[in-house]
Amino acid sequence: MKVPSLRALSVATVLCLGAGFALVFFYAPLDREGFIQKIFYLHVPLAICSLAGFVVAGLHAVRHLRTGDPVHDVRSYVSIHLSVIFGVGVLITGSIWARAEWGKWWVWDEPTLVSFLIVFLLYATYYPLRYAIEDRDRQARYASVFAITAGAFVPLNFIAVRMAQPLVHPRTFSSAGGLPGSMLFTFCVCLVGMALLWICLTRFELAAKSASAKLSRLRRALEGESYTAPSGSRVAPRIPSRAASPS
Amino acid sequence: MRAFKAILSKDLRIELRTLQSVPAMALFAITTFVIFRYGLDRTTLSGSLAAGVLLATVLFAAILAINRLFVAERDEGGFDAIRLAPVDGTALGAAKAAALIVYLLLLEVITLPVFAIFFLDAWAGLAPLAGVLALADVGLAAIGVVISSIAANSRARDLLVPLILLPLLVPLMIAAANAAEPLLAAGGPSYGGLAKWLAVLALYDMTFIAVGFAVYDFLLED
Repeated sequence: MKVPSLRALSVATVLCLGAGFALVFFYAPLDREGFIQKIFYLHVPLAICSLAGFVVAGLHAVRHLRTGDPVHDVRSYVSIHLSVIFGVGVLITGSIWARAEWGKWWVWDEPTLVSFLIVFLLYATYYPLRYAIEDRDRQARYASVFAITAGAFVPLNFIAVRMAQPLVHPRTFSSAGGLPGSMLFTFCVCLVGMALLWICLTRFELAAKSASAKLSRLRRALEGESYTAPSGSRVAPRIPSRAASPS
Repeated sequence: MRAFKAILSKDLRIELRTLQSVPAMALFAITTFVIFRYGLDRTTLSGSLAAGVLLATVLFAAILAINRLFVAERDEGGFDAIRLAPVDGTALGAAKAAALIVYLLLLEVITLPVFAIFFLDAWAGLAPLAGVLALADVGLAAIGVVISSIAANSRARDLLVPLILLPLLVPLMIAAANAAEPLLAAGGPSYGGLAKWLAVLALYDMTFIAVGFAVYDFLLED
């Protein structure tokens, strides 16, 4: 399968997200919650992409442990990194929605929000974990173990939190007879746009990493042994030069 | 299996001779009860408050033991020895988990009566409560061993264990607290909903035992 170029992917992302938000504001009908309900088209796709990104990170981690190829560790890292950033967006938009809907910035008896917070807190510890291990091989391996363990934790956490609380979260797909067609269509366009955004940003970060790996390889070739690579952030894994060379 | 038995008996013998984990955990737990007595300003507890105090105390005491679980291996080169010996790395993990379960059971044998004497009016719920705690111990040990091995080989050991472990333990805490709550109710124990939460605890235990078996080997190879 041919991978689309970064430029094509970026254009598709901008078009799809632009179309999605145009639909949100000019096509999708208002429901009884009024205008604030429109945040649904931002909040829910962000949450779905973030959680799917954590699962993708777990799958990359499995491949990393099976093959030992550091590229999969880099992919797992980038996936978690972006999903955590998306997670911040989920918590902020969820909080705004809760304020508009229930009059409070934070609602504890709201299982989806609370379980998302717990998942977010867990994945936030991914950075101190990587930072605390100096040996790069070991760091990559332990990070993969963490990504797999946390991946198994996500569904368990949702089961436990949901069972512990009465349901007040708007259960858009299961209750109230589902979504009207026009809203569902808008939502699907937004979801696809957000997924494209996630994929696009992942590709950009991976491209930046492999470019900087290539750059330091070239510098080393030019300046000989005296060159020492700028250390930069030790948390982020580096793409090994072998994997970065063909392009 | 022989490696499992050997490592487990080594650990229990070390604990018996040095007494470094269980007495510290018990002391910590009892002091925490006193802290809660004044922090909450209550002399008796029941229902969800009692369950919360007991389980939070047990979880934090467990973190003490989980922090120390691999100290000997790290300081005395036990990890290298396991790697050199012709045994499966999983045996080390399973033995450590079993040792941790023993420590936690001992902790509960000591602290549960103290908790009852300090805070409880009715003691009828204690026997089923011990069962809930035992089921929680299995999950705590399964996940604790993985996190403890990760932390033992890092720089920020004592920091990483609580940081990573506490979010992972939230579902366990939810299930155990909800199972314990009706057992500690003021009017005597009731058993409604107990089976549901025991099932969640069992699901948690099985998931992390499976994850532990799948990933543990990768924590040792170098």
